[in-house]
Amino acid sequence: MKTLSWRPIVVLVVLLAALVFVLPTLQMVSDKKDQPTLWPHKKINLGLDLQGGMHLVLQVDLAKAVESAVDRSYDDLRSFLRQNHIRPKALRRIDPTTFAVSLADLEKFPESKGLIADEFRDYTIDESDLDGDRALELKLKSSEAENITRLAFEKAIMKVRNRVDEYGAREPDIRPQGEDRIVVQLPGVIDAERARKEIGRTGNLEFKLVDENTDPREALKGNLPSGSELKYYRKDDPDMAGRAIVLKKETLLTGDYLSEARVQFDPSSGQPYVGIKFNTKGSRIFAQITEENINKQLAIVLDGEVYSAPVIRSKIVGEGIIEGNFNDDSAKSLALVLREAFPTPVKILYEKSVGPSLGEDSIRKGLFSMLVGGVLVILFMVLYYKGAGIIADIALTANIVLIAGGLAAFNATLTLPGIAGIILTIGMAVDANVLIYERIREELRLGKSVRAALDAGFERASLTILDANITTLIAALVLFQFGSGPVKGFAVTLSLGVVASVFTALVLSRTIFEYLVTKRRVKTLSI
Amino acid sequence: MQIINPDVNIDFVGRRKLAYVLSLALILVSIGSLVFHGGPKYGIDFAGGAEVLVKFGAAVPIEKVKSALSAIKMEGAVQAYDEEDSGFFRILIDPKNSATENLDKTLKAGLEAEMQTTVSIESFEQVGPQVGSDMREKALLAMFFALLFITVYISGRFELKWLLSAAMAGGLAFLVYALHLVHLSIPILMVAALVVSLVLFYLLSLKYAMGAIVALIHDVTITVGLFSIFGKEFSLPIIAAILTIIGYSLNDTIIVFDRIRENLRKYQKRPMAEIVNRSINETLSRTILTSGTTLVVVAALFVLGGGIIHDFAFALLVGIAVGTYSSIFVASPILLAWQKRK
Repeated sequence: MKTLSWRPIVVLVVLLAALVFVLPTLQMVSDKKDQPTLWPHKKINLGLDLQGGMHLVLQVDLAKAVESAVDRSYDDLRSFLRQNHIRPKALRRIDPTTFAVSLADLEKFPESKGLIADEFRDYTIDESDLDGDRALELKLKSSEAENITRLAFEKAIMKVRNRVDEYGAREPDIRPQGEDRIVVQLPGVIDAERARKEIGRTGNLEFKLVDENTDPREALKGNLPSGSELKYYRKDDPDMAGRAIVLKKETLLTGDYLSEARVQFDPSSGQPYVGIKFNTKGSRIFAQITEENINKQLAIVLDGEVYSAPVIRSKIVGEGIIEGNFNDDSAKSLALVLREAFPTPVKILYEKSVGPSLGEDSIRKGLFSMLVGGVLVILFMVLYYKGAGIIADIALTANIVLIAGGLAAFNATLTLPGIAGIILTIGMAVDANVLIYERIREELRLGKSVRAALDAGFERASLTILDANITTLIAALVLFQFGSGPVKGFAVTLSLGVVASVFTALVLSRTIFEYLVTKRRVKTLSI
Repeated sequence: MQIINPDVNIDFVGRRKLAYVLSLALILVSIGSLVFHGGPKYGIDFAGGAEVLVKFGAAVPIEKVKSALSAIKMEGAVQAYDEEDSGFFRILIDPKNSATENLDKTLKAGLEAEMQTTVSIESFEQVGPQVGSDMREKALLAMFFALLFITVYISGRFELKWLLSAAMAGGLAFLVYALHLVHLSIPILMVAALVVSLVLFYLLSLKYAMGAIVALIHDVTITVGLFSIFGKEFSLPIIAAILTIIGYSLNDTIIVFDRIRENLRKYQKRPMAEIVNRSINETLSRTILTSGTTLVVVAALFVLGGGIIHDFAFALLVGIAVGTYSSIFVASPILLAWQKRK
């Protein structure tokens, strides 16, 4: 009894596995569902260029995070000195991570140094001089700086996730890139502007007093007193858009002190507004600000745009209102952005949105060219190699099934260049078969028997096929490593295609030939 | 059915001088075009800026679109997309004009006002300058590393000089990486590294690698040159196409080299020129067939694939054709020239 050769078994197992992985996707498409219901519940993902959606790359300003932290320490030092009755002679910021203080009381210098060192453990304290006076220089430790940047980055990613969650995109994909970038993919998202507003805005809230002594028109001409700045009302405000207003530079309170931000509705007009609540410390500061500035205008600034500048009527404790001619959507986005404010400024570096109709168009065109190309190749193979050509065509079809199965199994993403990759594979898969068949023809011409020609053909060609395909694989893998988005999709299908075509040429075709020659005892090869 | 007669015996080697002239001419024209245009025409992937695909409610002549754009102060290039009169246009906005927020909204509103018809934005891409230069860097590094790995592979397979080539590749890779961290201009770095590599091949007698890499440089230069001549844009997918061409052209070259090696063993007494010729002729059938079928398939993509994939397919078409040619007329003759030096 003949022992079962390993080849047919391997082929069957691999093909079955591929089919098992592909079926859920096919069933999902035919039932027009969103998720596959068949086991193993994996599906081929479509890239954004095929299903439509939005792709954003955000950059987190980590340098600013460090600078802001040092800012806070600088302010803390001032209060610390006051609380401990240490009189500073001069207090100065030297660079983004360093500041220095010279002391008035030189006798208490060592004692003061000790106290300061104890309190500000994240800083290295060195003695230096400031304008000729003995001073202490505090520099942020690099380990602490790394800590700050890492935390700021992680917090920013978390905030993005929270915002995207609330936004409600289907299957969003948020991941860090490098040390300071966040890649956000939102399939199916069409409203690019809203996405930008809700996900791309930093959400930095500032309360500043209006400089009532300077006329905005003067400021526009360039006559701005020091300590004041020129700002504009937000662009989307239906009434006040683009209007200039002069504010005092000093930020009295920031969004860091918010504990809540919610959309509420004015009972009489039905207009939406955003109600904000402060935490304990914030409430205290806000109460102090409002108490000290009655009848003055307090501007509410978000990411540098002025939302409103109401007049303070009385001391306010704990809560506030942000009005500004909102509609439902803009009030909701504002509340969201305040609640999930980024710890440090975030910028949109890159954005791509593809409409769904373009995506469908691309799929259709891609699949059609694949069909036409495939049919042409199949016909040609039969014409040129006759019977053997049919075997090559079977191998080709198996290739496509394997690639599809591979995509599903790895939850890989199919993009438009990815479809091009499959089409390329169709052309290159032919190569492997051609190599084998040309060899077989050569051997037959030399007079060898069918059996011998087959063996020699496959053997001689194997090494060459491996050589040639490995180099394409190298190129594909390098591309996978360095590429992004659609190009990565191409690298994936190309790699899968190369592996599949080597497999089908060397194992599948061989199996079929073996079967024909041994079991069916074919005397001459139709090649 | 046979396209190539099995007893074919075309004197490729004899005609190589002609091929040299042709190749040189093509390369010079390519480099000339690149120099003339001040480098390759970068798409927004590499240069930054914005690309918008707009579809108008009615068919509009392209000049009207162009004047509408200048009216709303968004300078850029306009191309008709897909079929004529489909109202589908591709608008490229210069990096200096594209730094605005909500650019797509402004563009749509502006165009609708100017053209008095509905405008739908089918796709919108905005690339910040930082991302653009990052991409350029990555693309060049990718091509360089691919070439390096391939060198190691070929030297190993054909000359069994695995360790030597691996050491060389490792050294070069490390050098490039280190110098790139010091922010040395990447393109200059690449060219320098390539020159150093070729010199090393020469010194270390890695003749197969030399032949293959020279052929690859030839292919990439001509493809890039043709892109420049036809005014086509360089984007990330084009780099993907070039890497594919590198892999594919190498395929071809290896097939011929393999046969040369086999025949060298078989016919040790024959002169090298004859062996090379014979090898090329023996593999001709396979070469024509594979290139032929791949070209047919890519042509289908080129014609039917739609505007987005159009340039990508063009790159592949050119690259595969030139790649096939170079395996026969560039890689093999170099091998031959080497042998003759001995």
